[in-house]
Order: sequence, then structure tokens, then C-alpha cells
Amino acid sequence: MPIVVGYFPVAMAFGILSKTVGVSLQDSFLFSLLVFAGASQFMALDLIRAGMMTGSIILATFLLNLRHLMMSASLVVRLPQIRKRWLFLIAFGITDETFAIASLKDSSLGISYLLSLQGISYASWVSGTVAGYLVGTVLPDAVQNSLGIGLYAMFTAILVPEIQKSVRVLLLAVISGMTYMLISFFDLLPSGWSLIVAIVMASAAGVLFFPDPVREGTK
Amino acid sequence: MKSYLPLILGMMLVTFLPRLIPFIILSDRPLPPLLRRFLTYIPYTALGALIVRGIMQAPSGFEAATITGVCVAAVCSWLKGGMVLSVLAAIMFVFFILTVFG
Repeated sequence: MPIVVGYFPVAMAFGILSKTVGVSLQDSFLFSLLVFAGASQFMALDLIRAGMMTGSIILATFLLNLRHLMMSASLVVRLPQIRKRWLFLIAFGITDETFAIASLKDSSLGISYLLSLQGISYASWVSGTVAGYLVGTVLPDAVQNSLGIGLYAMFTAILVPEIQKSVRVLLLAVISGMTYMLISFFDLLPSGWSLIVAIVMASAAGVLFFPDPVREGTK
Repeated sequence: MKSYLPLILGMMLVTFLPRLIPFIILSDRPLPPLLRRFLTYIPYTALGALIVRGIMQAPSGFEAATITGVCVAAVCSWLKGGMVLSVLAAIMFVFFILTVFG
């Protein structure tokens, strides 16, 4: 499964970075094991380094993860009736990456497909974190620094196919990016909030200024 | 080292809940259209802001490499599609740049 190739380097980058920030191996492992959220975990490290309070980091994580509401929602309608216990597992494994791959799959979604996709992603995420923590600092700086780009390369690679489908996506992403840039350049808000405010403002602008979508949501 | 367990547990909760709630309540109840559209836009606005943030917060000396990496991923994804290919291409390209010019 190619998703390992996408996950493992980024997870290693997380392991390396958490060591740099001063998080213990055990905590770094627990982050990946229990939270399993790439962007949020990186953001948390950033905010820890910035000296932000636990409560604020959790709030920032919550707002950042609100996007998964929509992702879960759009997957739910494509899934057949499932038992409750699978549902909890599947919900835990919804990430930007598993969502992107699952929602790009043309044929119908099965439980076994989703669970194995998520299981593999989860395994590479957790093992990559530990591997990065343990061997990371031995690697040359150039390798460490190039792993860090993986996350943003991944975000870009998720966004671009959507832009190809609709120019509206490009507008939304650009508005949001510009808003973020303005807020953080002029230091208008404490770190962590800039991201949330940019996301909320750009999405709200979309609701206000775009006419009703041609196709309501995804399938 | 400081224990981050409270933070981890809190983050686990606020990560899991947004993923789970739609599975529980959204089976047949439709969302209000405006809220639905707002939520539909969030993935794109989130990604846009995250990418810009990644570029702006790149460690000093790596700004150019980060921008190049994102561009490589964008071009690769535009032409070929595929997340893994784009990510690998970006990582390798940035590694190349850092090795040659770093």
C-alpha cells in the first residue's frame, strides 16, 4: 500500500521534532497512538514550543479538527449499514489522508477496505514516530529538514486535485491563506488562533459570496 | 521531562469527537444548508491556511526550500496526481536542494 510511503516519513518528522521540542519518547509515542492526527500533532509541538497553555492547545486542536466533521459526514453517506463497534474504529481512523484516499475511490466503500486502509496508516504513523524519535537525530540535517516538507507536500497534493475539479476550491484556499498571512504577519492574534480565524473567516466568506453550489457537497 | 499526558488525552478527545459525531447523528438528519456549506468549505480553507503557515514558519534558511517543495508537490500532483508520488518527489527535491546549496 502506497499510503505507507506518504505516512512514514511525516511520522518520522514528527518523532524527530518532538525530541527537539523536548517531549519524551513515551509522550511522543502516546501522541501518535492516541491522537492520530498529523496536522494537529505538529501544531501542538509548535504551540508547546511557543509556550502555550494546555487548554489553548486543546481548543486550537478542536477547531482545527472541525474539518473532520465534514469529512466523516461525507463518508457516512457512502458507507453501508455498519455495526456500532466498527463505527468507533472507523471514526478514530478518519484523517485527512485516509479521507482523501477513501473519498477518491470510485467504487463503493466497504468496511474491510476502510479498516485496512486506516490500519495500515495507523501502523505506519505510530511506528514512524518511534523510528523518527530513535534514529532521527542521527540522520544528517539535510535529511531531517527534507522530511519536514512531507506534511506540506501532502497537504498540497490533497488540495491540487480538488482545485482541478473546481476553481472555487482555489479561491477558498487562497482567501484563507491570504487571511492567515495578514493576521500572522501583523501579529494580530496569538499563535494558534490565526489559523482558526483564517479558516472560519474564509469559509464564512465562501458561504456569503458564492452562489449556491452547483453540486451540493460531495456525493 | 515534563509529562504531556493531560494535553494528549485532551487532544485525543477533541480529535476523536469531530470524527465520531457525524457517524452517530448524521445517519438521516440533514444539516441546515448554510452550515453544511460552511463545513464543506473548511477542508479547503484549512489546507490553504496550513500550507501558507508551513511556508511562513519554515526555519530560517529553509524558506526557499519549503516553497520549492510545495511547488514541486503542486506541479507533480497537477500533472500526475497521486499523493505518495508528489510527497516523495517533494522530499527528494528538497533533500537535493539542501544537499547542493545547503
